[in-house]
Amino acid sequence: MLSTRNCDNAVSVSPILTVSDLIVEFPTRKGILRPVDRVGFEIDPGEILGIVGESGAGKSMCGSAIVGLIDRPGRIGGGEISLSGQRIDNLSNDRMRRIRGKKIGMVFQDPLRSLDPLKTVGDQIVETIRTHLPVSAAEARRRAVAALEEVGIPAAANRIDAWPHQFSGGMCQRVVIALALAAEPALIIADEPTTALDVSVQAQIMALLKRLCRGRGTAVMLITHDMGVIAETTDRVAVLYAGRLAEIGPTRDVLSNPSHPYTIGLMTSTPKPTGGIERLSQISGAMPSLRDIPKGCAFSPRCGRAFAPCYRNIPVLEPAARTEVACWLYDEEYAKDAANLEGTGHD
Amino acid sequence: MTDTNKKGASARPVFDDDAPASAWTRWRDTEIWHSYSRSPVIVTASVVFVMLVLGALLAPLISPYTPFDPGSLNLMNGFTKPLSANEFTSDFFLLGADDQGRDIFSTILLGLRISLFVGISAVLFAMTLGVVLGLVSGYVGGWLDAVIMRIADIQMTFPSIMIAMLLYGIGKGLTPPDLRDEMAIWVLIFSIGLSEWVQFARTVRGATMVERKKEYVQACDLIGLSRWRIMFKHILPNVTGTVLVIATISLALAIIAEATLSFLGVGAPKTEPSLGTLINVGRQFILSGEWWILLFPSLTLLALALSVNLFGDWLRDALNPKLR
Amino acid sequence: MLAFIIRRIGQALVVLLAVGFVSFSMFKFMGDPLENLLGQEATMSDRAELAERLGLNDPIVVQYTRYLTRVLDGNLGISYRAGLPVGKIILERLPATLELAFLSGVLAIGVGITFGIYTAIHRDGIITNAIMTISLIGVSLPTFLIGVFLIWAFAVNLDWLPAFGRGPTGNFLGMELAIVTWGGFKSMILPAVTLGLYQMTLIMRLVRSEMQEVLRADFIRFARARGLSERAINFRHALKNTLVPVITVTGLQLGSIIAFAIITETVFQWPGVGLLFINAISFVDIPVMSAYLLLVGTIFVFINLIVDLLYFGIDPRLGPTGGEGRHRA
Repeated sequence: MLSTRNCDNAVSVSPILTVSDLIVEFPTRKGILRPVDRVGFEIDPGEILGIVGESGAGKSMCGSAIVGLIDRPGRIGGGEISLSGQRIDNLSNDRMRRIRGKKIGMVFQDPLRSLDPLKTVGDQIVETIRTHLPVSAAEARRRAVAALEEVGIPAAANRIDAWPHQFSGGMCQRVVIALALAAEPALIIADEPTTALDVSVQAQIMALLKRLCRGRGTAVMLITHDMGVIAETTDRVAVLYAGRLAEIGPTRDVLSNPSHPYTIGLMTSTPKPTGGIERLSQISGAMPSLRDIPKGCAFSPRCGRAFAPCYRNIPVLEPAARTEVACWLYDEEYAKDAANLEGTGHD
Repeated sequence: MTDTNKKGASARPVFDDDAPASAWTRWRDTEIWHSYSRSPVIVTASVVFVMLVLGALLAPLISPYTPFDPGSLNLMNGFTKPLSANEFTSDFFLLGADDQGRDIFSTILLGLRISLFVGISAVLFAMTLGVVLGLVSGYVGGWLDAVIMRIADIQMTFPSIMIAMLLYGIGKGLTPPDLRDEMAIWVLIFSIGLSEWVQFARTVRGATMVERKKEYVQACDLIGLSRWRIMFKHILPNVTGTVLVIATISLALAIIAEATLSFLGVGAPKTEPSLGTLINVGRQFILSGEWWILLFPSLTLLALALSVNLFGDWLRDALNPKLR
Repeated sequence: MLAFIIRRIGQALVVLLAVGFVSFSMFKFMGDPLENLLGQEATMSDRAELAERLGLNDPIVVQYTRYLTRVLDGNLGISYRAGLPVGKIILERLPATLELAFLSGVLAIGVGITFGIYTAIHRDGIITNAIMTISLIGVSLPTFLIGVFLIWAFAVNLDWLPAFGRGPTGNFLGMELAIVTWGGFKSMILPAVTLGLYQMTLIMRLVRSEMQEVLRADFIRFARARGLSERAINFRHALKNTLVPVITVTGLQLGSIIAFAIITETVFQWPGVGLLFINAISFVDIPVMSAYLLLVGTIFVFINLIVDLLYFGIDPRLGPTGGEGRHRA
């Protein structure tokens, strides 16, 4: 339902965020590691894009790269990032700082550790508002109360002077969301926003985030490893594997009709909420460490359907059935070989 | 485990391509050796320390003069410059001579001897006291533990150098006046030792309390092994590494404490001077330009304190990364 | 919180009583008060009579209580060496030690925290490396050697500053202080630097490592993500979080300054209570030694108490609504 709406919009609306061929590099003594390798995607205004992958797949690094917060000695090694058509990957520190919080809000994994323990919640919201908007202290405080009310903090006018340690994890994450939205950014990057929370409040927080962003038309880049969250929240989803984009497409299509062998494996290893007793399959092996990414397709050693080109060349993103896939199986030139190979393999 | 391996290896021929593992080759494979041999600073520090210890041990053999034998002193030698012979007596002085004509090189060697003797004895005293009190405190618990730890807490409130000074004063007061100079070294050892036991006691107590809860100790208790036996045979070996680290760090502190006290004139007497006493003597010539009387003892103390300090830091990191 | 404060004050009193008992024992068990008062020729019956009169046969607790009341009255005994009331001597000399400790404390905290912040923010760079190298030397050198070398460099060779003594003093708030005269201030520089250097290095290294730790924290990352300026992040968020653990150590360091003043005062012949104490040890002047112990003990206990109570003012997690039992974590 959502995906179709977005497909219609995609033609006319220019994307809020464009990432193309993004490379993040970490120079080490044994050579340069690439936690993010030529990743490209777009996010439309108001759209929720999920980024999914195992830990170490480069999801969070993508988010950090977009807001210019890669820890040293990491750096952006190539590609472009544009926000509303303006390039932001080459901005000075100070100009990037004015974008963070103002145009791109962030929500991190552990809310209890995201807030300064020695400042009241109100101080931190007021500080953020006044950093980005030319308003008086009183006005900022009024807005801070409103922001807390909006994220569902009861008795916000009183709680505004409370300390972070006086909030539960779920309440803290609400405060963090209020902080991320304080300056009305056009894009929120939420990095595993519910992973550190109790299972019982995870759904509430996701619902809140979704409701607020839909209400304001704020786009969201939702980084998670939880396929359930992806299914319930996102419009489109991008699957990362070993720093590379494996597949990207409308959520419903990726979930129900995945094309990349890795995505297929991922889907069959996740229990379906629709029930039914089904044997969960596992993908054999483990994701390679950044130090020894195999030649060719990074997934090839674990892929049951790998054939000659997979071990030689890195596949590029190409349209497949309903999604875009980086896999030689969907390359027209090789497709025939692959089909033949599979045919013999199955006999 | 390693013990049985060693016996096995030497008793019968092992695999041909496997050289018999001597203690040395096995030692060379350990983590500690690796971290040691890779750090030039630590290698230098330990070489300096060993040289200083050798110098102190062999002092009577290598010192060219006997500076504290009044009969052999010649006042004519007073203030001879370093690396030169006295113009009247033509006695040669490597590091110069002081106002009394004492050879600085010899006084440094003898001073080093006193400094190291006091430092090491004080640490051994502190270690014995601290380990025993820590074991008792941790194993017996109850009011005894409360009293020992309360005393430790109060002592920790004050800097140990001040405690040492105070104890030296008390010790001196308790010594009969005519024995004070003779006993000064022992009073010094006692007061520095007593000011450093707390670290040992606290660490050993902590480790003991952890061990005591383990099943094997409770089993020992059940089969009726005596408490002392359990404490010393079973708990003590588990804390050896930590105690060793604290001992090394304490040694640096004790050497500096000794030098400070002696420098202030409340430590080693002028008849048995340590490095601190020598520096105090040298200070009197700071205005008149005889720099060597002050400089060389100071440099020796510096080398000693620094080498022990560096070695202690390294040992702490190598043996027990948790202890910080 | 109130319970904690009361317990903490109780602990402080216990420590004070223990320190008082040590001072009392020094009187009681060292030196023979009867011999001091009567001289060598007194008969046994004279001694017994005097012992009874002085209450030396009473139970220890009674004698100790009597000692404490006497001390609280300001009667600390007569110095064996000077023949003057110890209280008077100490009061005369205390301003010299306090002003020296004050100046070095200001120096240690001011420079220590500034350098600590600087080296934490600018992780490498020539200035940071220079500061760190010098601080390493500062930690390893014994205080008295630093003093001697400062005298050698700035007094003997350069002849900029006086080598020994306190210089002229002026009257300030009823105290004779050197710091208020130019000559006195000049004589104070070298001792104050000597005394403060070690504490300064400790504070600097502590601030540096704590701040680096804080700067790696998630909330700093989140503050960056909120678009706060580096200045706001460093000084509004990181610094305050750094100072919480630093305060304890710094407070205790201030106490150590009083103790280490013994060494500095001896090196520079600064006529404070530290020099008095060293001379008292040399001459086994027990009333002075025990009074000094009482004085320094009281100062230490008060500093510790204040440091602990300061925590409540700074860390909201320890406040009235804070989690119980989380203090000291």
